[in-house]
Amino acid sequence: MNQIKDKFPEGDSFRSELNGRYRSATIGQILFLSALLIAVISLTALLYNIVDGAFGYTAYEYKKDPATISSKPLTELNQQELLDVLKANISTGAYKKLNNEQAMETRSQADLLSLILERIIRIETKATWSLTQSLFHKAEIEAEVAEKYPDAKLEFRNWLTFSFLTSPMSSRAEFAGARTAILGSLWLVGIAVLFALPIGVGAAVYLQEYAPRNFLTSIIQTNINNLAGVPSIVYGMLGLALFVRVMEPFTSGKMFGVTDSNGRTILAAGLTMGVLVLPLIIINAQEAIKAVPDSLRQASYGVGATKWQTIWHHILPNSIAGILTGTILAISRAIGETAPLIVVGASTFITVDPNGPFSKFTALPIQIYQWTTRAQSEFHAIAASAIIVLMVMLLSLNATAILLRNRFQRRL
Amino acid sequence: MIQILLFIAGILSIFITLAIVYELGKEAWLFFGNPDVTFGKFFGTTEWQPSIGKIGIWPLVTSTLITSIIAMFIAIPLGLAAALYLSEYASPKARSILKPILEILAGIPTVVYGYFALLFVTPIIRSIFGEDNVEVYNMLSAGLVMGIMILPLISSMSEDAFSAVPRPLREGAYAMGATKLETSLQVVLPAALSGIGAAVILGISRAIGETMIVAVAAGSGPNFTFNPFKAAETMTGNIARISGGDLSYGSIDYTSLFAIALMLFLVTLVLNLISQWVVQRFREKYE
Repeated sequence: MNQIKDKFPEGDSFRSELNGRYRSATIGQILFLSALLIAVISLTALLYNIVDGAFGYTAYEYKKDPATISSKPLTELNQQELLDVLKANISTGAYKKLNNEQAMETRSQADLLSLILERIIRIETKATWSLTQSLFHKAEIEAEVAEKYPDAKLEFRNWLTFSFLTSPMSSRAEFAGARTAILGSLWLVGIAVLFALPIGVGAAVYLQEYAPRNFLTSIIQTNINNLAGVPSIVYGMLGLALFVRVMEPFTSGKMFGVTDSNGRTILAAGLTMGVLVLPLIIINAQEAIKAVPDSLRQASYGVGATKWQTIWHHILPNSIAGILTGTILAISRAIGETAPLIVVGASTFITVDPNGPFSKFTALPIQIYQWTTRAQSEFHAIAASAIIVLMVMLLSLNATAILLRNRFQRRL
Repeated sequence: MIQILLFIAGILSIFITLAIVYELGKEAWLFFGNPDVTFGKFFGTTEWQPSIGKIGIWPLVTSTLITSIIAMFIAIPLGLAAALYLSEYASPKARSILKPILEILAGIPTVVYGYFALLFVTPIIRSIFGEDNVEVYNMLSAGLVMGIMILPLISSMSEDAFSAVPRPLREGAYAMGATKLETSLQVVLPAALSGIGAAVILGISRAIGETMIVAVAAGSGPNFTFNPFKAAETMTGNIARISGGDLSYGSIDYTSLFAIALMLFLVTLVLNLISQWVVQRFREKYE
């Protein structure tokens, strides 16, 4: 009897035990919520860290004082005066080389100004500080600059400027831009989607509409699910072995008469990314096709349509929302992937924009990787700016996906 | 006719897997066929520098394991707790705010996480534990950030598993006077165990295959150590570093990369298959 009384307490002991259980329940709830809060705090810390790095004070020195080459401040000179300054201060050989790259008269004022800053005045960044440091520790920064770099000037710099977006690469952080990388990323995504979308939707249509329920089909399905989980660097190795080496006549363009390239082209990388996103597109398209109600199919057959007519005129138009969402998710994945591109051979320093599928290339994530792993802090600053560009691209892509999905869903 | 085209599209995925196995296997075969390479040295020594004949795989493997274990220590408890809160406690309004945040975390490119690990987390760790004890590149920082990256994966898969547990089970527990905590831990969690197991295994597979976070933050030289404060390159980081430099086809550096990649592919494949098997075998059927 006592045993039973212990298991089912009554009266005061029951009350106290119940309160203990309520307390544990509340603690548990707080613990679970704090797990979520840790995730939220991490995201905030990440975003803060990136924005923090892209703006701040920099201390830089001139190798040559601008006052010695021009009486007016450089920003006030017009294009002809800038040209004169340039001609007077760099060697004729260098001037000819610049002219060959792009005729001097056609260059914009901003372009000429940055050339002067780069070649003649030779700005050298001595130190950079993050945004929070710049906002809250201004006096200490000024003291440090006065002590360590007496010749340097201190200026608040926004590293994410329009010229950052439109300038090509440079070995100096102050002048490097992301234009080549952005164009490279866009080319890559274009080739990847061009390759993966038709094949992916075709495979999904086959698996959902035509495939019999036999062993082969289940193997194909399991295989696709597994491919979605393969690490991206393995896809890179596949791309290196297959697209760069085995298919070199095709990817380097030798088949088409291009003579001065090897297999590490934007075409090979685009195909690699296409193979990487193919399982995602297939799985998403399958879900979209599965979601089309069977009554639509049966109605179409009922009025005498063939299988392909049903698919083309009824099933595909009704699943286009899901297929588009899947494609945009795949694009977001493809834009952010770095590892396969490193393996396939993205150049880390090229200054010419991609001008065809057989050109060498770089991509935005590759630049971010490159700049982050440099030691000087000004490279970290432009890495942060490039990250902001990448995140903005991703955000707009995902927002477009959500908008498109909502729009097409209402139509149905 | 069209059916044939579609069938080819469907079969293409099998070709991709076969191509991966063939290409990786071919070069890995060359690596193991090299007279300097013996299984004894491969599994027996602890230094990895193929160009001078040191081919002990253990430094890369231990680094991969340590970073993955640190990541899972973060991702599993936090992911499960987050999933429990979202499915059992959160109001619809809270859920509509918190779920997108988790989805954003899942969508951030890994190189951005690498930047975060190197330039935010590492300085914090160094200031806590002392700059002499923690190297600039270390496994702990990479592991922590990897955990945060995997957290949304585990959270969303576990949440799907929790929502598949039928309401009557919960209601029965409440009817007997159980608190929400007791119901969550003693009724819902065990019922969803197969889904949680699958999520954990997929998370481990993701952690092992992750490249950029470790390439940026964990170090760029193989190092056989169990100390998470030290720099040590992982399998994936090694592939990224070597293939980013000068690489001549057919050299032992080149073929060794494929051997590592083949190991990675097989390990993640086995883990993914186990995860699918766990779901099928242990799923509770309620109807």
